[in-house]
Amino acid sequence: MSAGSAQTQGNNPVKEVLSAVVRFAGDSGDGMQLAGTQFTETSAIVGNDIATLPDFPAEIRAPAGTVAGVSGFQINFAATDIHTPGDIVNALIAMNPAAFKAHIDDVETGGIVIVNDSEFEKVNLRKAGYPEGYNPLDDDQFNQKFKVYRIPITRLNQESLADTGMGAKDIGRCKNMFALGLIYWMYDKPLDTTIQYLENYFGKKKKLPQVAQANVTSLKAGFHFGETADIFATRYHVAKAPITPGKYRKITGNEALAIGLVTASHLAEKTLIYCSYPITPASDVLHYLAAMRNYGVKTFQAEDEIAAVCSAIGVAFAGQLGVTGTSGPGLALKAEAVGLAVMTELPMIILNVQRGGPSTGLPTKTEQSDLLQALFGRNGDCPVVVLAPKSPGDCFDTAIEAVRIAFRHMIPVMILSDGYLANGAEPWMLPDAHSFDKIPVEHPTDADTFEPYARDENLARPWAIPGTPGLEHRLGGLEKEHISGNVSYDPENHQTMTDLRHEKIQKVCEFIPAIEPHGNAAGDLLVLGWGGTYGSIITAVDNARKAGHSVSAAHLRYLNPLPQNLGELMSRFKKVLIPELNTGQLRMLVRAKYLVDAKGLNKIQGKPFLIEEIEQAIELMLDGSWGSRESLTPRAHQVTVDS
Amino acid sequence: MTTAIPDAPKLTAKDFASDQDVRWCPGCGDYAILNQVRKVAAKLGSRREKTVFVSGIGCSSRFPYYMNTYGFHTIHGRAPALATGVKIANPELDVWVVTGDGDGLSIGGNHLMHILRRNVNVNIMLFNNRIYGLTKGQYSPTSEEGKKTKSSPMGSIDLPLSPLSLALACEASFAARAIDVDRGLAAILERAALHKGTSFVEIYQDCNIFNHKAFNYATDKQAKLENTVTLEHGKPLIFGKDRNKGIMIDANHKPQVVTIGQDGVSEADLLLHDEHDERLAFTLSRMNHPDFPEPMGVYYDIEDDCYETMLDKQVADAVKAKGPGTLEDLFNAGDIYTVEG
Repeated sequence: MSAGSAQTQGNNPVKEVLSAVVRFAGDSGDGMQLAGTQFTETSAIVGNDIATLPDFPAEIRAPAGTVAGVSGFQINFAATDIHTPGDIVNALIAMNPAAFKAHIDDVETGGIVIVNDSEFEKVNLRKAGYPEGYNPLDDDQFNQKFKVYRIPITRLNQESLADTGMGAKDIGRCKNMFALGLIYWMYDKPLDTTIQYLENYFGKKKKLPQVAQANVTSLKAGFHFGETADIFATRYHVAKAPITPGKYRKITGNEALAIGLVTASHLAEKTLIYCSYPITPASDVLHYLAAMRNYGVKTFQAEDEIAAVCSAIGVAFAGQLGVTGTSGPGLALKAEAVGLAVMTELPMIILNVQRGGPSTGLPTKTEQSDLLQALFGRNGDCPVVVLAPKSPGDCFDTAIEAVRIAFRHMIPVMILSDGYLANGAEPWMLPDAHSFDKIPVEHPTDADTFEPYARDENLARPWAIPGTPGLEHRLGGLEKEHISGNVSYDPENHQTMTDLRHEKIQKVCEFIPAIEPHGNAAGDLLVLGWGGTYGSIITAVDNARKAGHSVSAAHLRYLNPLPQNLGELMSRFKKVLIPELNTGQLRMLVRAKYLVDAKGLNKIQGKPFLIEEIEQAIELMLDGSWGSRESLTPRAHQVTVDS
Repeated sequence: MTTAIPDAPKLTAKDFASDQDVRWCPGCGDYAILNQVRKVAAKLGSRREKTVFVSGIGCSSRFPYYMNTYGFHTIHGRAPALATGVKIANPELDVWVVTGDGDGLSIGGNHLMHILRRNVNVNIMLFNNRIYGLTKGQYSPTSEEGKKTKSSPMGSIDLPLSPLSLALACEASFAARAIDVDRGLAAILERAALHKGTSFVEIYQDCNIFNHKAFNYATDKQAKLENTVTLEHGKPLIFGKDRNKGIMIDANHKPQVVTIGQDGVSEADLLLHDEHDERLAFTLSRMNHPDFPEPMGVYYDIEDDCYETMLDKQVADAVKAKGPGTLEDLFNAGDIYTVEG
């Protein structure tokens, strides 16, 4: 928490701080995601800049009370411009011993730890894996290091709802709102956004007014407890961030992808047909789009990943906007069909919301390890365009850009999002609906001049669609004869067509912007990144620059084709560092393509980079202690040359 | 289904032939099917531009290249999935799926199952030759037990499945069986084409290279009289060269072959075919040679809603209830807040 001036309001002094990182943690059934989302919503509405990191187990309900079942939600809210959910936690809310155990190491020294004391009893302590007779709350090592507040949240919540006539179980379900109310008080935030949400969701949508009322009561009880209990020395206030004036909403990456795709379909005057098979962390895109039928959106929940991609290809063949969405394991299943889309040169979008791999891997955790799969994971020489958004809000623009490229070049385009972007949220300024260029689409109708594999100046073939008289033609996975599109096994033709499929990708280069460095155009070190690591990289580079280092950042949205000036940009820096949440996939490409001795900071821990980790890597690169090592890995948030 | 355009000239079977040389082996049963399909398309007044043939991989899946319509020769087993996408995108199109026993029942079994239960309005022709032809003669999911092939030199130990039993279990709204060289094929394809919903037609097809005469019992002029029974709605199941044999349901609810005039059996005792009776259709699908004559014709035909129509209706209903969403609405959904200058 950044220091600021203290002021007084009522009995409790309110201390002004520039930013705060709060983490809600509890059992996966404790409603921590809801508490976190509501806190985020309120923070955004009062004008803070926000960045969030939900962190939940793959199991819907892992055994209650165990460390495996802990669900967390971290939010960084600030009076300044921020790009990450924060390296270190200023205030932890731990609803049970397991949550305490799982998250206490991330709290800053001197930080606030609010525990639900009611749950720190024998059974739960045992479930959390603490030795018999040990309670960490009685342990001086924690009490000396943190400001630990033992609040019997379960009991207080029960007492505040004792008159409702509700059962103990239902009452217990409201305790997240008690905790949220307390945190609202502690950070001087209004309750009305959450009250409105509870009344709408439980009261109107679920038709459970009693439940709505009980949640509101708990929320207020938590707030008033903070006010009257007089055990907290200080409250904190985070002022409005200097955000560009305008209308905003909070947006997650998956929401932004959904909205971006719908926007693109309207700009192209095509029906968006989203074909997908449920998979974490991509399913929310399907959920959002399924609720958008009135925007003309059709969703098709296919029987499997292969059917999902194949039906999207069928949609493209029939002349509409076919999109399939998945995560890494699903992309592997779709590989053969993506090859069919490449061979038939049909425009379609493949979303891959990456997660930890290989195999089932870490379904709910983030990673960037599908880059090479996206680029090369198919039989044959089979190039597709690959784009990666850099922030939750950028998912919107990336989706539109992907559709624009697909339609202009008659080519499948893959979007590489990740679990961190998908579930993370940030403020999103509402775009002007009239500010977008249309996405032009042409379908040929002239039977006399039509050739299925003739090409325009971008090497795109004509998108002739069924229903057009005289343009009947047959597509397929067999090699096509140049121009006529008939099946051809001719050796020279196969060479020509393979070359054309590659040249088509290079043509896209002519339409994409040059990569611009953030910072000076030349210097000692360039930190090159792609995708969801943008926020951490940019913040670390800004900090290093403030410390007087000659460092710049550059971020790739286009992974295939790469921007034309990338090699030239790198040549202006003495050293290149590539931080990635994989073992060095972009680094391998950059080294192979540009013969640049790029170094890697590689983290494969299911979590995004901390700013600090990148800062440390920058230091090691600049002071020369990195040496000839090709890569380093942070261990327990420390990057050292011994790691 | 096809709606003829009044002022468009009626096309002939020849008009549905593409300029590509047909490359099936000489004598292959596929030729007969191709000819019948072209004739049926002409007879029904199909429009070339509104017709799409979608196939997977295998000998049968070369079919789209030989039709002068839109076509898509996809990847192994995936034709039903791709065809579903085509129909969702444009329900007006007349979509045919061409598949085989390997493509449709083995590698693509899952997609076949789901297109049937969704009742997407396409016509599926499953060419069953009980062998893998294109990969040169391995046993297929419909090859008989004990079949010796290159991949089963000691005899196949796989139990074959019945395509029709499978289709019915997958909630098919139309299921039929026909034979490549039989005159009845055209009539069955016509009905399949006119059926609203997924129509599934199993076609016995002779692979004269790797499994020649596999269906001789059902195609030989004399043998077929004893080994097949033609289904007609509301009519008794009678067969035999003297038309004196029939199928009766016994006290255990099982079909049995009986002779009219023997043991007091008369025509009135015979099983009457009912195309709307699901259980009967399933019973028929379990009647296999040599224990029973194999039923040919339409097993099952009911009316039900089609997937793509219901999806369109949901879109229309949502637009009616909420109004057609604009980009303005899209951006302004959710909790909006204003940051003042």
